Amino acid sequence: MTRIINSIEKSEVELTKKDFKSNLPVKWCPGCGGYAVLSAVENVFPKIGYRKENFVLVSGIGCSSRFPYYVNTYGFHGIHGRATAIATGIKLANPRLSVWVITGDGDALAIGGNHFIHIIRKNVDVNILLFNNRIYGLTKGQFSPTSPTGLITKTSPYGVLEHPFNVGELVLGAQGTFFARVPDNDVKLMTEVLFEAAKHDGTSVVEILTNCVIYNNNIHAPITSKENRDENSVTLRPGQPIIFGKNKDKGIMLKGTELEVVKIGENGIKEEDLLIHDPYQKDPGIHMMLAKMWYPKFPVAFGVIRSALYPTYDDLVEFNIMMDKANSKIKNLEELMLTNEVFEIGDE
Amino acid sequence: MNDILEKTDKKVKVYKNLVIKFSGDSGDGMQLCGNFFGSAAAAEGYIITTFPDYPAEIRPPQNTIDGVSGFQVNFGAQKFLTFGEKVDILFCLNPASLKVNLKWLHTESLLIVDEDSFTKSMCDKCGFTTNPLEDDSLNNYYVIKLPITTYLKKLSEIYKFEQKSVLRSKNIFILGIALKLTNLKKNYVEGLITKKFKENIHQLNKVVLDEGYNYLEKNGIDLKYEIRIEKPKLSRGKYININGNTAIAYGLVAAAEKANLTLYCGSYPITPATEILAELSALRYLGVKTLQAEDEIAGICSAIGASFAGALGVTSTSGPGFSLKSEALGLAVMVELPLVVVNVQRGGPSTGLPTKSEQTDLLQALFGRNGEAPLVVMAAESPADCFYSAYMAAKITLEHMTPVVLLSDGSLAQGSELFKIPNFNDLPPIKLKLADPNKKYNPYERDPETLSRFWAIPGTSDLRHRIGGLEKSDITGIVSTDPINHEKMVRLREEKVKRIANYIPLQDVYGENNGDLLVVSWGSTKNVIRNVVHELLEKGKKIGHAHFKYIMPLPKNTSEIFKKFKKIVVCEMNTGQFVFYLRGILPEFKYYQINKIQHVPFTREELINNFIKIMEE
Repeated sequence: MTRIINSIEKSEVELTKKDFKSNLPVKWCPGCGGYAVLSAVENVFPKIGYRKENFVLVSGIGCSSRFPYYVNTYGFHGIHGRATAIATGIKLANPRLSVWVITGDGDALAIGGNHFIHIIRKNVDVNILLFNNRIYGLTKGQFSPTSPTGLITKTSPYGVLEHPFNVGELVLGAQGTFFARVPDNDVKLMTEVLFEAAKHDGTSVVEILTNCVIYNNNIHAPITSKENRDENSVTLRPGQPIIFGKNKDKGIMLKGTELEVVKIGENGIKEEDLLIHDPYQKDPGIHMMLAKMWYPKFPVAFGVIRSALYPTYDDLVEFNIMMDKANSKIKNLEELMLTNEVFEIGDE
Repeated sequence: MNDILEKTDKKVKVYKNLVIKFSGDSGDGMQLCGNFFGSAAAAEGYIITTFPDYPAEIRPPQNTIDGVSGFQVNFGAQKFLTFGEKVDILFCLNPASLKVNLKWLHTESLLIVDEDSFTKSMCDKCGFTTNPLEDDSLNNYYVIKLPITTYLKKLSEIYKFEQKSVLRSKNIFILGIALKLTNLKKNYVEGLITKKFKENIHQLNKVVLDEGYNYLEKNGIDLKYEIRIEKPKLSRGKYININGNTAIAYGLVAAAEKANLTLYCGSYPITPATEILAELSALRYLGVKTLQAEDEIAGICSAIGASFAGALGVTSTSGPGFSLKSEALGLAVMVELPLVVVNVQRGGPSTGLPTKSEQTDLLQALFGRNGEAPLVVMAAESPADCFYSAYMAAKITLEHMTPVVLLSDGSLAQGSELFKIPNFNDLPPIKLKLADPNKKYNPYERDPETLSRFWAIPGTSDLRHRIGGLEKSDITGIVSTDPINHEKMVRLREEKVKRIANYIPLQDVYGENNGDLLVVSWGSTKNVIRNVVHELLEKGKKIGHAHFKYIMPLPKNTSEIFKKFKKIVVCEMNTGQFVFYLRGILPEFKYYQINKIQHVPFTREELINNFIKIMEE
């Protein structure tokens, strides 16, 4: 991990996990994927190194959105779907805060879909942790915008008819500059990815495949379980060829305009023929293909899929205000009012 | 109110105030003409109000009813100047504008038309079956028919101007006539022409202005009477002509400057509130931050976020957008952060009448949220008052840590009046409720006087805390579903808003402090009603007028005032929303009501007749 360089003030003392422990009891179900995220956040915040007062956690509604209560930072538990809008206001009002949105698949992609795509489009420097358990948990088991077609839930007793969102596809479609995906059973990878998200200037979306033990148990198991993980997922590393499989003998190759799973050694394919992952490239085309890879045809991509550098909205706002202030002859409201057509009239 | 004060001799008509309206097709430049006229009147020390009246469509078909554009100026010495109910001088540049505006002209009053435009096809286009200049339909008016188009064509030959350009300056020509008729000098307008027009048309427009100014005299048109308008007594100062939306933007900037905070406005464009966002967006150089959000909800939510982060959060909207903001307004009530929500009311329900004015969102502002969600509701009274109302809304939200809804309306938003630039030092101080970082911070610990909680701004050492929309424990702010605590918190939030009555001015009464009839009103109807009350007072009636700016909470002395009158009548541009509220909180009084829902103001006759009827009942 490298050092993060930006205008957010660093802590003078070294912080630890303890500095972010909240004294409130965590009320998630035993086995909930949320615990892993909590642990990763407690790991990564001291590593990021900002003053602990500069972290702000913002959430909407849902199981995941209780998160701010469980971390000792400034926290705002908002209303359903609106965390990204609230976070936008916080970041614009004070760009020297490190703002984190904690949201879920229902909160961010259904009721908050509009705010989600627009914060991404504007590229506001906010980190979004999207807990994707592919179900509504807090309302007790209704299908969400990421529930697989056919899923039987309380409100889809005959199976879901809809086609689910792929979070990465939506993020990139909204011109996202950062997208990463992690499973909830790899805290180490999650910690690394959250650090990268913090380092990225602009909106970073980290999709966390979380398990809901009660309403959608093992929904991610075909990708994330011990037995399936090697074959059905791949962790991307910048500058590295994309290799996966139990025996590390499979890879992803770009053939023509499509990705393809190939076996190293078969048909003369060598490691050098594989696609080298470049999360920093500006063109999102290959990132989109990587984000869309899904089992059983492809391994599901983990790690940072895209991290492209574009100006952030909050920086543009600050920069323009600074320049305009410096260049303006009008320094206050009174002077502004006098730029109107002024009538100096009346009796003494 | 267009009293002719005296007829000193047969040839002079003295007006306390005069209403003049310029109307024509939307391509005729009526807005500019009216604006220049208003400026000329203000420059000579008159009080003015101006009101534009233009089509909702961007490019309506030419010379049709839909395409009529008008601009009205009311000026004179009258203290309570309305936007002008009926017109004393009406200019019509085409038949359609006559069709639309004749109903506003006082009988016997002056109507000046471009007779060249009253061709058969033009008359047909707007539904006149016969030429109104030739039949007897205008017999009750003092009509002056001028061949304006022909005359301008002649001018282009004499002065060697391009004919097209001269015809485009019809508005400047009638402006010249209007200045002369009302005894205003033309040099101020000449200055405006130099300042606002491209250099290549300066000379042309000055010539046309001069020709208009001298036209009547030169052509031997002798008016039946000379018009004189009284001059007001104004306190010396620098004045600007300001509309309600700009005044609100300025008032918010003033408050942020006074409180030394960043002003943040998150809004979504909506008629007739958009100019507030537009005005603020232009003020980057003063450090104002704006966000044109993806929707109304994001606008208010981002403003709440900005307030949480230590800015003065503001959102502006109109009725339909206000509905969308309801849930977030409840959140603001719960987290007890500063937030000003400006609702520039328009005709409803639903999309309703976007460009028209109504007072129909009062109950929504008071009660339109889930749960017990009290907040402060204020209403601006005039375009200039929008500045002070916005300033006070910001002061209250910052000092009492509660959202404030400021109601304006379409007529205030579009209408302008003269506004004296205030001395910044004279604006009341704003004391922030900042948390003390040297004390243990409890998010819901309250100031014992005001019951407001303290603002702990992210980034401050030792004040880390969590707040949100879930019910909180008293003092600690920890999430709680405890029944006793919930009732306590509901009552605390209510009491906090009620106690604001201790910090707002007492209600004043214009006219008699006790008597037969108290007229009660709120919002943009103030001056219309006040003029009528003034007239009745002069006739010796025992009448008073209480116009409310603070609606929730009501001023402390409201009940005391009501007690002193035999009868109370509440006048509103709705079916009776304020009176419904008053009946709920002050049920010991009997209320009469006068209501109008026609998106035009009350008329003098409507009010006088009703007031007298109620008094005599």
